[in-house]
Amino acid sequence: MSALASSVAVVDDVKLPAKRQFNPGKIAIRLLSLAVCVLIWHWASTARVNLGIVAFQNVPTPVDVFHAAWELLHSSVIVSHLKASISRVITGFLAAALAGIALGVLIGRYRVFENTLLPPLEVLRPIPAVAWIPLAILMFPSSEMSMIYITFTGALFPILLNTIHGVEAVDPRLIASARSLGATRTALLLEVVLPAATPGIFTGLTIGMGTAWFCLVTAEMISGQFGIGYYTWMSYTIQNYAEIIVGMLLIGVLGMASSALVRQIGNLLMPWYTLQRKKS
Amino acid sequence: MTQLAQSSGKQTGHIEISQVHIHLGEGSDRFEALQNVTIDVAPGEFVCILGPSGCGKSTLLGALAGHLHQSRGTIQVDSASVAKPHPDRGLVFQHHTLFPWKSVLNNVAFGLKMQGVPRKERLQRAKDLLNLVGLAGFENRFPSQLSGGMQQRVEIARVLINHPSVMLMDEPFGALDAQTRLMMQQLLLEVWARIRTTIVFITHDIDEALFLADRILVMSPRPGRIIEEIALDFPRPRQTDIMTSAHFTELKRHCLALLHPDSNHEPLPRLTPLGSPPVTRMQFAV
Repeated sequence: MSALASSVAVVDDVKLPAKRQFNPGKIAIRLLSLAVCVLIWHWASTARVNLGIVAFQNVPTPVDVFHAAWELLHSSVIVSHLKASISRVITGFLAAALAGIALGVLIGRYRVFENTLLPPLEVLRPIPAVAWIPLAILMFPSSEMSMIYITFTGALFPILLNTIHGVEAVDPRLIASARSLGATRTALLLEVVLPAATPGIFTGLTIGMGTAWFCLVTAEMISGQFGIGYYTWMSYTIQNYAEIIVGMLLIGVLGMASSALVRQIGNLLMPWYTLQRKKS
Repeated sequence: MTQLAQSSGKQTGHIEISQVHIHLGEGSDRFEALQNVTIDVAPGEFVCILGPSGCGKSTLLGALAGHLHQSRGTIQVDSASVAKPHPDRGLVFQHHTLFPWKSVLNNVAFGLKMQGVPRKERLQRAKDLLNLVGLAGFENRFPSQLSGGMQQRVEIARVLINHPSVMLMDEPFGALDAQTRLMMQQLLLEVWARIRTTIVFITHDIDEALFLADRILVMSPRPGRIIEEIALDFPRPRQTDIMTSAHFTELKRHCLALLHPDSNHEPLPRLTPLGSPPVTRMQFAV
């Protein structure tokens, strides 16, 4: 056997992808861009710029916001706010992931479900989270559940659509090959369709995590005493403008961080996909 | 190793194709890809089907694999009608269809996993087969980390692990550079000498068909019909020097005349073992 193998030379033109390089120049430019934005904000708010269509007279300055943030970070309520929001987002997101992936696989794989399940979902899709508030209050006995439901609707559609897309985009040759190698229907789904759709599913999960945070303020407008969205909305009603921006920024940062976390988990689960992408 | 030896003893892989017609496409696009094809392939025979692009030779292979269905006629392997894909009829595509998320070893072991062979045993057998195709040491790579020739070797190993009685190959080396192609042809003959299966090999490369086959069946442009049968008596094991012999050149000239009766002929779009044209479902924007 080894003699046979050696009679054919192995062409080792395998290219291993280079490690992503740490580039200080790129990071510096990105940080600089953020700093410039803060500077423009500072100038616009301190100079009380009024452009006619938009005015910055009532916009708090970065320094005010920084003080408000500092105060919040050193208060005892921050933990309760964070805990309430994060648990709502996680619950809503996980429910959306479960429902979105399951429905997406069914719709993407079987014509029957595409014809029966997709039309109602397509009607529901464009409805914004805010529009759900009254009905959510009526439908769910606890306000906690209605808030979770709203983050759920936010996260569901990106996950669902990307899963459908991922499942439909599976190379038919891979399915044909798997069948020729003896795969049953169940094996096809678990061994071929799902893994092939995983990059698409993770794109959906990353976007869905972002939109779950996006819907948080809307959800927490309903009621409750805690949550970042609640904090933001309350700051507006009591005219504490600096705190509005603290809340906004906090949601932005948390949304960005959790999306990045989902993406990282995806990269860890799909080393093959990261390799392919780096190659091309 | 014992597994490999077993398969060389059995006399299976008798293909009988009788008066087969195949139509492809829907509605007004429907056309006859194959017309009245009758072929008998003996167990363990290496048959090359040679024909111009789009003549329906891949369609025939797809029907043999069970991915396409004939509109008339019968296709039997070892007296059983071909109705759907089966691991006993392994299929190798022009471009590899390895699962990009599985390591090379797990790709090769896939067929055994489908049979329910325990993990340890199936990985050992996959390893043996990778040695046979000269890929020892590449077990843990992902397919995207291999060259085109290596990917096709893994693809062949993945099919062979099921001990198919028939191996169906659709221009498997067509996308490789000339040097790699020749190397792969030699490798295939060496592997075939060890693991004797019936091989139906589709190609439009005359040199390739003459070098590999026991028998060449030449097909006409669409609708595909068998227009000539050439039995080859080059002794085995074959060396590349037969390619420069006078007899080889003479046969090549004959094949060229059959394939290109008039050079003004527009080449037809390529068909695949999964039919043509590729049907894509409507996608909506995300």
